[in-house]
Amino acid sequence: MASEPGFLPRDGLDRLIEVLRRDGREVIGPRVRDGAIVYAPIATAADLPTGVRDAQSPGAYALNAASSAERQFAWANGPQALKPLVFSPRERLWTSWHAPANGLHFGAAAHTTRPTAVIGVRACDLAALDLQDRHFLREPYADPAYRARRESLFLVAVHCTHPADTCFCVSTGDGPEAAKGFDLALHEIDAGFVVTSGSNAGAEVLASLPLAVPAEAQRDEARAGVAAAAAAQTRRLPARDLRPALLARIEDPHWQVVAERCLSCGNCTAVCPTCFCNAEIEEPVSDGSVSEHFRQWDSCFTAGHSRLHGIVVRADTLARYRQWLIHKLATWHDQYGRSGCVGCGRCIAWCPVGIDLTAEVAVLCDDGEGVAP
Amino acid sequence: MSLSQLPAAAEIVERVQESASIFTLRLRFADEDLQSTYCSAPGQFNMIGLHGVGEVPISIISDPEEGAFIDHTIRAVGRVTHALSALRVGDVVGLRGPYGRGWPLDAAMGDDVVLVTGGLGCAPVVSVIDYVMRRRERFGRLVIIQGVKHAEDLIWRQRYEAWARAPDTQVWLAADVGGPHWAWDVGPVTVLLDHAEFDHAKAHALMCGPEPMMKAVAERLLDDGMPAERLWLSMERNMHCAVGHCGHCQLGPLFVCRDGPVFPYPVLAPWLQHRSL
Ligand SMILES: Cc1cc2nc3c(=O)[nH]c(=O)nc-3n(C[C@H](O)[C@H](O)[C@H](O)COP(=O)(O)OP(=O)(O)OC[C@H]3O[C@@H](n4cnc5c(N)ncnc54)[C@H](O)[C@@H]3O)c2cc1C
Ligand code: SF4
Ligand code: SF4
Ligand code: FES
Repeated sequence: MASEPGFLPRDGLDRLIEVLRRDGREVIGPRVRDGAIVYAPIATAADLPTGVRDAQSPGAYALNAASSAERQFAWANGPQALKPLVFSPRERLWTSWHAPANGLHFGAAAHTTRPTAVIGVRACDLAALDLQDRHFLREPYADPAYRARRESLFLVAVHCTHPADTCFCVSTGDGPEAAKGFDLALHEIDAGFVVTSGSNAGAEVLASLPLAVPAEAQRDEARAGVAAAAAAQTRRLPARDLRPALLARIEDPHWQVVAERCLSCGNCTAVCPTCFCNAEIEEPVSDGSVSEHFRQWDSCFTAGHSRLHGIVVRADTLARYRQWLIHKLATWHDQYGRSGCVGCGRCIAWCPVGIDLTAEVAVLCDDGEGVAP
Repeated sequence: MSLSQLPAAAEIVERVQESASIFTLRLRFADEDLQSTYCSAPGQFNMIGLHGVGEVPISIISDPEEGAFIDHTIRAVGRVTHALSALRVGDVVGLRGPYGRGWPLDAAMGDDVVLVTGGLGCAPVVSVIDYVMRRRERFGRLVIIQGVKHAEDLIWRQRYEAWARAPDTQVWLAADVGGPHWAWDVGPVTVLLDHAEFDHAKAHALMCGPEPMMKAVAERLLDDGMPAERLWLSMERNMHCAVGHCGHCQLGPLFVCRDGPVFPYPVLAPWLQHRSL
């Protein structure tokens, strides 16, 4: 499946988009919208964020002009990864209706999906998608809506060359180079892209592109790009399973210190590409003879999340932040065989008060293995 | 689409008001094939949904091998359960399930079975009591221990009396607050463990009810020399999906809906030590 690399000149991107569109696929790529980079439908390479760079720090995200003015992927990430494309922010699961003569009926929502190609996918986001797969496609309760959307995706990764200050994918082992889970992967270099395929579908697309054999210098430039990206990361999580360390600190006084800053707003869960919590809600329509059952994103930072009759299990912010961090970095290992954090840094940038999980872990697990200075 | 993914209509064929707030619904799928293939195990639960209102997890109390009906005993406490309590015979609910892992009845075969419940905790174990009663020779002693807050919270007095008359069966009841007609103990359920007679080395203890109560009982039984892996707790958490997707029911690494609601004590012990997990 993995092919010999080919070289696609920068002006060949439109050809790539054209080929992707050929089989009826919708093409989604990074676009600048409302001051952030988001995944949205694109028509041509001109829609891509050319010459745009992101500056991210705890509680802050801004777009600037990049030093490499012609590059299209000189940014790290925006608020959303692939999550909304597979695990919908809100969707109907079923409808029930009363038929006057013969009772109550239930109809499953139809999953009309369109083949979709996404360009510009990051290594961290592929790792997160794999975690979402493990969650939603786990048998015997694999989710049909998720599966339908997942199977419609064609993924064009772009190895990361411009991590943000908030990124730490090197320490989680998920980036900056995309290792697997893509159909095509692009190394962006000054002159264009070094392209490889990672699947049969990818190889087919590759075969329709006007590729040259990359020069040795171009391959070197590609390798150097990701190596520099890895070296540029300053934040990190300890490179080990944090389960025992965090579980030993369930009663640590430091949780209260974080709780005093945390607003329980749930932004971190909304932007996290691995968070999967959702709520189911019933919404009667029209005269009440029809009722729709929806699923929508939810957050463990809300009171309703752990509500039982008469008590809220996690009644305060301390319990909620602790639940989030310990689930993400510790109990996720029991559930899915690895940590639930892929090092994308979104929760750090999009937290309104700038809480940085790598810094909190460094304090909690105070063993010198935390955040670099 | 399977019954784990999409509810089906079930008709209320019988309704019993057990106490001021507790009622039992006897359900039957409108679809005959569904009814005849539906199969559950004691301790499993269904999601019961009311059109236009919502769904709640409710334990199945009918015997899985009876097959003709599905019984649920429900306490009206909030939005959905109050709405369910207003239903009458002939009304229709949505039902999906069964979900979760139930009680370890195969493991308990041949041994004494001790049921310790508090509050409406008795609902999920009624299925166990019936199960053991119908297969009496396959189990050892049956000990039924139930605690309630107030004497008037006790439902099924006649059933307890009938159970108490069954062979090899003990019934011990206690109320935190007794009353004029309360002939049983006053105090926490743990006092009843002093009276109960069973073989601590060869019994399984099945618990259901408020977490502090289950924790106290488990610790007491451990002190009495029962092996931890013979203690079983049925847990409650907020639930929406029942299939391990929504995240609401998580307790540490566990999805209570899918990995439970019944767990062996050693699996829960690390998580029961801490509040608000
Ligand atoms: C595995 C399991 C088995 C259960 N078996 C029974 C039973 O046999 N009989 C019975 O009367 N009750 C049972 N319950 C409790 C029952 O699910 C709640 O009383 C019910 O959900 C309350 O819903 P409500 O809308 O009436 O209350 P509200 O207080 O209005 O609840 C609103 C929200 O909280 C959730 N919620 C509240 N309490 C609980 C709870 N204890 N468990 C899960 N979610 C809750 C609801 O789903 C809803 O999202 C069981 C719970 C679980 C988890
Ligand atoms: S926890 Fe934060 S850094 Fe880790 S995957 Fe989620 S958003 Fe990204
Ligand atoms: S950590 Fe930050 S983003 Fe997350 S809930 Fe707290 S304040 Fe909101
Ligand atoms: S009820 Fe949804 S994960 Fe358990």
